Amino acid sequence: MMRNGKNADELLSILENNSKLTPEALARMTGTDREDVEKKLKEYENEGVILGYKTMIDWDKTDREYVSALIELKITPQEGKGYEHVAEKICKYPEVESLYLMSGSFDLAVLIEGKTMREVAFFAAEKLATIDGVVSMSTHFVLRKYKDKGIEFGSVPTDERGNMN
Amino acid sequence: MDYSKIIPDGISSLKPSGIRKFFDIVSTMKDTVSLTIGEPDFVTPWHIRVAGIESLERGRTYYTSNSGVADLRAAIAEYLERRFSLRYDPAREIVVTVGGSEAIDITMRALVAPGDEVIIPQPSFVCYEPLCRMCGGVPVIIETKEKDRFRLTADALRAAITPRTKLLVLPFPNNPTGAVMKREDLEAIADVLRGTDIMVLSDEIYAELTYGEDHVSAASVEGMRERTVLASGFSKAFAMTGWRLGYIAAPAEIAPQLLKIHQYAIMCAPTTSQFAAIEAMRNGDADVAEMRAEYNRRRRFLVGGLQTMGIECDMPEGTFYVFPNISGFGMGSDEFCERLLREKRVAIVPGTAFGPSGEGYARISYAYSVDHISVALDRIEDFIKDKR
Repeated sequence: MMRNGKNADELLSILENNSKLTPEALARMTGTDREDVEKKLKEYENEGVILGYKTMIDWDKTDREYVSALIELKITPQEGKGYEHVAEKICKYPEVESLYLMSGSFDLAVLIEGKTMREVAFFAAEKLATIDGVVSMSTHFVLRKYKDKGIEFGSVPTDERGNMN
Repeated sequence: MDYSKIIPDGISSLKPSGIRKFFDIVSTMKDTVSLTIGEPDFVTPWHIRVAGIESLERGRTYYTSNSGVADLRAAIAEYLERRFSLRYDPAREIVVTVGGSEAIDITMRALVAPGDEVIIPQPSFVCYEPLCRMCGGVPVIIETKEKDRFRLTADALRAAITPRTKLLVLPFPNNPTGAVMKREDLEAIADVLRGTDIMVLSDEIYAELTYGEDHVSAASVEGMRERTVLASGFSKAFAMTGWRLGYIAAPAEIAPQLLKIHQYAIMCAPTTSQFAAIEAMRNGDADVAEMRAEYNRRRRFLVGGLQTMGIECDMPEGTFYVFPNISGFGMGSDEFCERLLREKRVAIVPGTAFGPSGEGYARISYAYSVDHISVALDRIEDFIKDKR
């Protein structure tokens, strides 16, 4: 993964914060040419280093109704398969935003999103709790999002700098 | 009252900063994309802000010693050694000031007597000449040239020295040109100064913002430490402009003289800022590296964009400014910048704000996001397309 060297890492760290940049802009910022950037991006995509390009949206500022929850699951690992089998199954649901295997008092952390609390509760009870190997479940609804993926939610910062030195 | 008789000529004849004048026009115009500001767009790193907040929570609202909190002076001495191989005694050779600006002011006041000549390379930051004049000093301007990448050459310096030369200002890395002085450039300057009593005010406020080789401090060159007052601060490197904190490092024979002026004029630098700065000095290197990497990307992006549209522009090696040559568009710097502002709503600073030798150039700041710079570049391209 690291074989593309320093320049390539730089490309990733720029894109992680702003995936909107064009290959031309990326080339200028990293001091290479456009073809080089496009080739590297293709490689990253093919190798699965870059998995996608998404947009951070503060849905609270729109009229879209949604609710999200963190669900803790305890699992009995299956012989020879560990947690993978259950995890793969849970991953398939489009409602599932994120899924992590955790250390500590529970095993899988499932972040899910739905239109209503009812929908989320129904999903948890009907879809997750019934999966083979799930021993117990605890659902926590998200009340407010303050920060996600390094981005703070709230007011848009304005440039208040006053001097031109 | 006849106010015209109250203000001494030396003050009433001072012109307000040319950068400021332009800024006042900009602030009245809507939808303007500004690339004028000379301060980081980053907020002070959180752990540094926390150190300031904690100092308030603990009730540290007193004056500190005149020269600054002992821990901060020690941390500055450690930092100067770690980063630039400089050795200063924190007890006697370091004074914490209200920004690099005060450091420059008290150095001028301590060293310049009426009639003394002060050599000032230009284009450079706007404060040296007025501060020199306020001491009764005589500014001797050396115009640095684009063909020398705006560095000060030994020949130019030699030609400017007279028996009355007291002080040389070394404003590198340079605002507005982005020029840096390499070790060999500084050695050539040291060769000229060796054996003289000429002092040097090295304004190294942008020392952390170089993109090729690491910054070389003038004081680290042989024969220079004894004659150098190093002025620096926290504003640019640590994104701490509003904290108003800087420092001088100078030989033990000099620093106490500066300290007297600081003592009577200022008392001490802001206490909260000093405690925040201790954290910056001890644990801020990674933040500086991260911000430097981001500035570097923007620098390449901006310069690449200017070059692509055919504006002559050397890749500057320091600060967060580029200083393109705009003389090929049939108008002076002031007109170019004013028309760019009025016609395309992009604000950049005319090179003339930094001395007459800035004619034919403009300063563009990249202390802005790439998206912001990108919009400005499109508008500049639109502006110049029918003006050759």
